[in-house]
Amino acid sequence: MSAKISVAVTVNGTPHTADVEPRLLLADFLRENLDLTGTHVGCEHGICGACTILMNGDSVRSCLTFAVQADGAEIETVESLGDIDNLSQLQEAFREHHALQCGFCTPGMLMTVTDMLRKYPLATDDDIRDGLSGNLCRCTGYQNIVRAVRSAANKRDGK
Amino acid sequence: MKPAPFEYVRATSVNEALAALAAGNGEAKLLAGGQSLVPMMNFRLVDAPVFVDINGIAELAGIEATANGGLRIGALTRHYTLETSDAVRTRFPVLHEAMKHVAHLAIRNRGTIGGSLSHADPAAELPAMAVLLNAMIVTVSSSGGREIAAEDFFLAPLTTALEPDEIVLAIDFPGLPPGAGWGFEEFAQRRGDFAVAGAAAVVVMDGDRVTEARISLMGVHDTPLRASAGEQALIAGGIDAAAAAARREVEPMNDLHGSADYRRHLVEALTRRVLRAAIEMAAR
Repeated sequence: MSAKISVAVTVNGTPHTADVEPRLLLADFLRENLDLTGTHVGCEHGICGACTILMNGDSVRSCLTFAVQADGAEIETVESLGDIDNLSQLQEAFREHHALQCGFCTPGMLMTVTDMLRKYPLATDDDIRDGLSGNLCRCTGYQNIVRAVRSAANKRDGK
Repeated sequence: MKPAPFEYVRATSVNEALAALAAGNGEAKLLAGGQSLVPMMNFRLVDAPVFVDINGIAELAGIEATANGGLRIGALTRHYTLETSDAVRTRFPVLHEAMKHVAHLAIRNRGTIGGSLSHADPAAELPAMAVLLNAMIVTVSSSGGREIAAEDFFLAPLTTALEPDEIVLAIDFPGLPPGAGWGFEEFAQRRGDFAVAGAAAVVVMDGDRVTEARISLMGVHDTPLRASAGEQALIAGGIDAAAAAARREVEPMNDLHGSADYRRHLVEALTRRVLRAAIEMAAR
């Protein structure tokens, strides 16, 4: 065992402090220590995208980041978007276009798309597909996910 | 899987990082963006008693214009910063184009240029850009600073000329000759995947004559490869001769993404395309 290190992190607006082992992945810190199980853990090597969260506003793989590296950071997880009675605009677009089946990839998709919508014009559906290429949906429901993102991008652009 | 236990050192200056590496007696490793390293730690392919996190060293990040028309890019500069940099787009449009093929947004937000070069995946874009653009890798270690030419930096897959106690500070890209044309082509299974094969070129023309040719190949050799026979063939012969020469120069691997023969085929086809584009674009 290696010495625990103190970490202070703000998650969805709430400050937390904890002493953690350096090897604890941010994904496991969110799920196990903070009980925020919306962030899913799939491949643990950065391929599937299910664990994508926002760190200081940028989408990152929480399975490729250690909790100790989030010291001082602002983290946003899928729980920050909306709840069952009050979906965010993006979640509403996913619901409307049936962009989830089993739902395992959905939190990572939503956090990835949140960052994509802020950073890229997404002028074409090919741009959307490029942006989603780092998130795997094993139900293969990609067509509807692309439709949901198109709808969200159009709303963003006032179309 | 989860990484094996390790001690964590958060360095806030290059000197602190050097001291931590020295204290590790050659066994401590640097942790930058972690986008290649942490997967290997999770699989326990990489294990070290100490990891020195350099993400907090502000002096290592940033893009600076240099007097020779080039750029000095700090080792900790993130891929997303490179992708969106006006300085990169105007001074090295080929690098700007290559960045569109680097992984996915969440990876680009974290991954760093110094990390990509140090990881030295022969199928990655940034090592191939470093050899194409005659970059110098600026480093420091306990025994002092040095600059390593990109072509001497990559020794084998995932193996570089870096010593265990050496830190990449920056990558110096000398300015391109005025009027240089360029081309970039990559074939991958999906956008953002590692290249099955890729090619990039820089060409300088005097009238209809090629006066300088550079061809860089990725995913088809055990390092990123400057196809020097292909470059000479372009000046002496032409595009077809250059593409054929480049094909003979590479020693690709068979793997699940493609056979060695298929990769040789891609080298010839992609080299032809990048040379056509570069010659078309070069000012006469």
